[in-house]
Amino acid sequence: MADKNNQILEEVTGSDYKYGFYTDIEMDQAPPGLTEETIRFISAKKNEPQFMLDFRLRAFQHWQTLEEPKWAHVDYPPIKYQDLIYYSAPRKQPKYDSIDEVDPELLETFEKLGIPLDEQKMLAGVAVDAVMDSVSVGSTFKKTLAEHGVIFCSFSEALQKHPELIKKYMGTVVPHTDNFFAALNSAVFSDGSFAYIPKGVRCPLELSTYFRINAANTGQFERTLIVAEEGSYVSYMEGCTAPIRDENQLHAAIVEIIAHKNAEVKYSTVQNWWPGDKQGKGGVYNFVTKRGICEGENAKISWTQVETGSAITWKYPSLILKGDNTTGEFYSVAVTNNKQQADTGTKMIHLGKNTKSTIISKGISGGKSNNSYRGLVKTTRNAANARNFSQCDSLLLGDQCGAHTFPYLDVGNRSSIVEHEATTSKISEDQLFYCLQRGIDMEGAIGLIVNGYAKEVLSKLPMEFAVEAQKLLSISLEGSVG
Amino acid sequence: MLSIKNLTVSIHGKQIIGGLNLEVKEGEVHAIMGPNGSGKSTLASVIAGRDMFDVDAGEITYMDQNIFDMAPETRAREGIFLGFQYPVEIPGVSIANFLRTAINEKRKYLGLEPMTGAEFLKMMEEKKKMVEIHSKLTNRSVNEGFSGGEKKKNEIFQMAMLEPRLAILDETDSGLDIDALKVVANGVNKLRRPDNATIIITHYQRLLDYIVPDFVHVLYDGRIIKSGDKKLALELESKGYDWVKKETKADTIP
Ligand SMILES: Nc1ncnc2c1ncn2[C@@H]1O[C@H](COP(=O)(O)OP(=O)(O)OP(=O)(O)O)[C@@H](O)[C@H]1O
Ligand SMILES: [Mg+2]
Repeated sequence: MADKNNQILEEVTGSDYKYGFYTDIEMDQAPPGLTEETIRFISAKKNEPQFMLDFRLRAFQHWQTLEEPKWAHVDYPPIKYQDLIYYSAPRKQPKYDSIDEVDPELLETFEKLGIPLDEQKMLAGVAVDAVMDSVSVGSTFKKTLAEHGVIFCSFSEALQKHPELIKKYMGTVVPHTDNFFAALNSAVFSDGSFAYIPKGVRCPLELSTYFRINAANTGQFERTLIVAEEGSYVSYMEGCTAPIRDENQLHAAIVEIIAHKNAEVKYSTVQNWWPGDKQGKGGVYNFVTKRGICEGENAKISWTQVETGSAITWKYPSLILKGDNTTGEFYSVAVTNNKQQADTGTKMIHLGKNTKSTIISKGISGGKSNNSYRGLVKTTRNAANARNFSQCDSLLLGDQCGAHTFPYLDVGNRSSIVEHEATTSKISEDQLFYCLQRGIDMEGAIGLIVNGYAKEVLSKLPMEFAVEAQKLLSISLEGSVG
Repeated sequence: MLSIKNLTVSIHGKQIIGGLNLEVKEGEVHAIMGPNGSGKSTLASVIAGRDMFDVDAGEITYMDQNIFDMAPETRAREGIFLGFQYPVEIPGVSIANFLRTAINEKRKYLGLEPMTGAEFLKMMEEKKKMVEIHSKLTNRSVNEGFSGGEKKKNEIFQMAMLEPRLAILDETDSGLDIDALKVVANGVNKLRRPDNATIIITHYQRLLDYIVPDFVHVLYDGRIIKSGDKKLALELESKGYDWVKKETKADTIP
């Protein structure tokens, strides 16, 4: 098993070398392994304030006492944490001089997704002209945000410019003690992003397109922190529909969201990490901790996620409904194909009175994949009149895949109402033939049916993202039946 | 246009169609009648390319091509349309989206540019008027929660949109009220052109009052045992299938 893991790591890291674009400028990296020294090295490289280093070290000490969790319905060879590299400077240099050097298969996928050429180049790591569209888009974007007092920057930049905000909020929703992967991330996180919406401000832009391009390089242990002050609103998008191949097999991110009184945060993500080949070899392991807190009354947070990538996904975007009359929503589409494994879901913790939550989860499995929904709805003694509605649907393509639902309920008072509905269905021969008979080929038919099935969730995505996500669903399921 | 010779079809080793012959030319309307389970829908499915059936013998040519060399979606793009006896629901997929996908797939196959949103909407409006379909229906998901009659009207609307060369309507008149029946018949008549053909599968001769067929065939036990003109339908209605059966026996037994 350990050998196999090494082999996987070797293939993933070795493939770059094979094509000869392993360049010297990448020397700016820590030696493999994880010790206190590594942590100090990372923190020093990033010129971090003392509190940050202390935070990392506390997390590291705690992490050493933990064991990797085994309860998820996923199976993978052991990860050798001491063989990984925990710091390497972000790639500055493009890997290719021209788009002709890029893997044609990857380009074909970009084409199908309808990603503009400049963006394709960026994603694939091709040198692009300095006066490229997105750069100018980026700067107007920043200017508009600044006018409204919105802070939106990388986590590292925020640590330099707004350390007091980071110090105040970081780790308050996902403490480093939360779980194994959260502790690891807290110790070694590379970078990520920070968004701060001041009191009463409705963020004038989706925090999105510009960022999407950047997201490709934010590394292995990302950290996102979003703070919405009283009465503010923001729609935030993270992730990328383009398939991201990454040398790093293990990804462990943290996202924290804080919504104060009357604030609303919409968080949308499309995750399409490299799932590995048809045998599941070489894919990314994605172990993510995402949590939001509706701190003040009437606050609202919604998670919308479309998950199509990764060899393994372990992800439960959760919400703590602390303020009275707060609302939490979770909309999810998780697609697994070939040998992918996904164990994903949500936790809704109702603490305040009259709190409401909605969970809509759509699992789609094809090939020999495994797709599990795991959800917890908890209402505490004080959460009078709390309400939850959960709907968990599974769609199976073919008969070699699996879908599982693990709902956990913990109702702590008599006035709460918790409803759970679950269905499992298959794409029928009749539906496929109906489409074929209208001139739509098999892949088109599956794409259409699956998108229809996931519509309720896709419609929650910001428009531009939704269109891409639709294409992505069809592409992810190519060759999933028969 | 369509030529079926000695077609023999079975499923799980059980023969459903045995030695069927049928010739359909441009501009013609053929009606196929026959008792339940005689193989009408099976015949339609085989022409459309459903792969659950085994074709044991015989040949079908469509537009001078061996139909069995064509994938079902290719047959559709080449102009074969099947109005299903039991149209299926596709939740979450609007009729508009479904048809636009279908039309653009066909156009791609024919080497044409995809239709723009505006062109498509205009075409939808025209065809909706033509087949008198309620305008709200097309915003809904394909057949989801449709009444029986609405599903049938939707099939006719799709036929109007796809402008087939050969349309096969499998009991599109069943379950329709008298007004809807006229609407469906009207739609078919308006779409009738010298260069296309229609095969109507029906149990009721009343449809044939509105759509006048050139030929009426009786399918019995997987074979066409009698063919005639519109009068045959009337005769069938009054005398029943036993009559044809006896008559053909008398004909064929020396
Ligand atoms: N998938 C199948 N599996 C087994 N038998 C089948 C299948 N499809 C059709 N048959 C059988 O083939 C025969 C012909 O069926 P078909 O649906 O073609 O009849 P039909 O003439 O269309 O009848 P109706 O007027 O009731 O629509 C029937 O005996 C039916 O049970
Ligand atoms: Mg039938």
